[in-house]
Amino acid sequence: MTPDRARSALQEAIGHVVPGADLAGLPPETDVRDAFELDSLDFVEVVEQLSTIVGFRIEDHEAEALRTVGSAERFLTARAPA
Amino acid sequence: MPSLGADMTEGTLLEWLVSPGDEVHRGDVVAVVDTSKSAVEVECFDDGVVDALVVEPGTRVPVGTVLATLRSPAGAAPEPAPAAVAPVEPSPAVAGPSPAAPPAPPPAAPAHRGGPGRISPLARRLAAELDVDLATVHGTGLHGVVRAEDVRAAAAPRPQDREQDMRHSIAALMTRSNAEIPHYHLTLTLDLHRTLEWLRERNLGLSMAERLVPAAALLRATAIAATEVPELNGHWVDGAFRPAEHVDLGLVLSLRSGGLLVPVIGAAESLDAVATMARVRDLTRRARGGRLRGSELAPPSLTVSNLGDQGVESVAGVIYPPQVALVGFGAVSDRPWAVDGMLGVRPLVTVTLAADHRATDGAVGSRFLRALDRALQDPASSMEQRQGAVTS
Amino acid sequence: MTATTEEVAPTTRETTYREALREAHREAMRRDERVFLMGEDVGRYGGCFAVSLGLLEEFGEQRVRDTPLSESAFTGAGIGAALGGMRPIVEIMTVNFSLLALDQILNSAATLRHMSGGQLSVPLVIRMTTGGGRQLAAQHSHSLEAYYAHIPGLTVLSPATLEDARGMLWPALEDPDPVVVFEHGSLYNVAGRLPEEPAAVDIAHAAVRRAGRDITLVGYGGTVPLALEAADVLATQGVDAEVVDLRVLRPLDDETILGSVARTHRAVVVDEGWRSVGIAAEVSARIAERSLYELDAPVERVCAAEVPLPYAKHLEDAALPQVDEVVAAARRAVGADA
Repeated sequence: MTPDRARSALQEAIGHVVPGADLAGLPPETDVRDAFELDSLDFVEVVEQLSTIVGFRIEDHEAEALRTVGSAERFLTARAPA
Repeated sequence: MPSLGADMTEGTLLEWLVSPGDEVHRGDVVAVVDTSKSAVEVECFDDGVVDALVVEPGTRVPVGTVLATLRSPAGAAPEPAPAAVAPVEPSPAVAGPSPAAPPAPPPAAPAHRGGPGRISPLARRLAAELDVDLATVHGTGLHGVVRAEDVRAAAAPRPQDREQDMRHSIAALMTRSNAEIPHYHLTLTLDLHRTLEWLRERNLGLSMAERLVPAAALLRATAIAATEVPELNGHWVDGAFRPAEHVDLGLVLSLRSGGLLVPVIGAAESLDAVATMARVRDLTRRARGGRLRGSELAPPSLTVSNLGDQGVESVAGVIYPPQVALVGFGAVSDRPWAVDGMLGVRPLVTVTLAADHRATDGAVGSRFLRALDRALQDPASSMEQRQGAVTS
Repeated sequence: MTATTEEVAPTTRETTYREALREAHREAMRRDERVFLMGEDVGRYGGCFAVSLGLLEEFGEQRVRDTPLSESAFTGAGIGAALGGMRPIVEIMTVNFSLLALDQILNSAATLRHMSGGQLSVPLVIRMTTGGGRQLAAQHSHSLEAYYAHIPGLTVLSPATLEDARGMLWPALEDPDPVVVFEHGSLYNVAGRLPEEPAAVDIAHAAVRRAGRDITLVGYGGTVPLALEAADVLATQGVDAEVVDLRVLRPLDDETILGSVARTHRAVVVDEGWRSVGIAAEVSARIAERSLYELDAPVERVCAAEVPLPYAKHLEDAALPQVDEVVAAARRAVGADA
């Protein structure tokens, strides 16, 4: 998966909980939960949506890798089959 | 128009989800109503066939107003509906000419004085001021004329207004709570590592949609503690404690637009952790989308506040009257802990019980917190087991 | 003197509309020796409606003058006296008979100031009884205030309360131009309390007799008590009516009338004159001209049926405005029966 595809997947997933969420211009160290005011239920929702979008399960311990915008992109590009 | 909150006096019917002739059953959602806090789905409490939709969408009516009538499924004559709340009564007989008199015939209302599509000058002016599309306004004046009050009813409350309404409601409730209830607070810090491990393992076997978060476990444990210490699960009414039949857990949700909603997980004692999680996700999703049902906003028997999600260490809350307790959970965080006589690090959570001193004393509160702790130290049995109804 | 509850307020005494008018005449004639009363049967008989009862005995023949049965002649004489510097009060028994003096009133009294380029003034007060409801039949039941309110150069008054009956005469006499005063025949016996030292009243403004939120009922003279009674009935039906007493029919007090409509957004005008081309028509036109965008419903008029007023009681009642008609009109305007 390309970094662009990873970023758009993340944006789409967050968009399910925060309509209109836009990752453009956010520095890679931005904490995803803080930036979009996601509580634990929101975050679980985002992870679920993301998993559906990218087509593979994301386990609890893997969800830790989704902490920042940058780490999320790296995780997705590495983990995804294509 | 149902009452969907202690302070609700009127609501606006937003839309009908049924039409005359539709068969409806108890529990069916038949309409959507706007209260000052959110849009709420209204359920039907009878079986029957919709006979007439009495109130038009967009109309604001007092609580208690007949919204629609049903007839029995056998197709019998419509049951006499209770008289709709009407502002005016028929004029009393006035002493007039003797019976032999031919009364002067009142002039018939000429067509140009009113009719569908006619709009009073005041209504037109108001529509421009309030930015209301007159094509969407239903007229309730003589012969269907659109009048000022029809335009005002159609003017949607600005989101700002709803926020203000909600703030006022919350302010009133919190003030009342602090004025009426003598609170006491007890705090306990718990080791959550056994529960979190159980959650991790359990999640491996669950689909993404069913994944559990720690909050589900905390709620499950709270429900168990409430069945073991029923003196904290109920309401203070007329100077006495009335225990509740079930543990109806209220969950404090903060809304993105500001303000709070407290949807209810009914009979939480009968739900295991997975079922609890499912209810929480469903309620949260619909609460944020403004689609809660009336029964889900009914008064809880015990409320849980999970501000720990927002990173605070502990939550010493304010009880929602007429409940007698509120359970506040702080954030789960790795902190120093004594493990087998040595210093270790464990995921800890600080629980604070706020309780009504008229109903219980510290001893009761302490039992509750210890019960909560026991449940969280033995997740294998507490998270799976289903409980029956609460016994005193 | 022992303390009584009345000591905290100015002393009032029980009186009637008729007695208030009489007292107004007494006060005027004491205050200004140019004031005198003339008309048919005002002296020895004490007035057809007993308004001037006792005044001949108190003030003498020069001040209280019985006239021949000729409205045109004695109205003309009154105009002449006014032109000559006097302050006459001409009593024309009823508005029905005033038609015989209409030429004098319109073409002389109302117009001499204009035609003389301001050199001549006619400070005349004409008092007339008006209205029906007492089975006096077609020729004696008219409400023709509209005829007079139509004429530039006149001030036209309609006292409906005891205060106005007592107070309007003096400012009318002080007016350098002709003033016509209409007294509804059904009001003479109305009783009430007035202060011993009554406050002065103006002859320029209408008055809100009952404040309300939902609808304005406009009346004058005999229709003011009717409107107030209708307001009481409407109150039991959840409609809060404001009642405006016009008091002055020319010039109309637009500010009070339109101010009321701006608050309530609906109006019913109650007029004992015939519907077409009347006082109610004028009030409605002004509301439409200047307050159209305040209206939430068409203006309603409750007027006399357009027939010669009948003699038979039940027919007369059917022809004149009644409380239930005003109530029905108000309910139509607020959409109560929509």
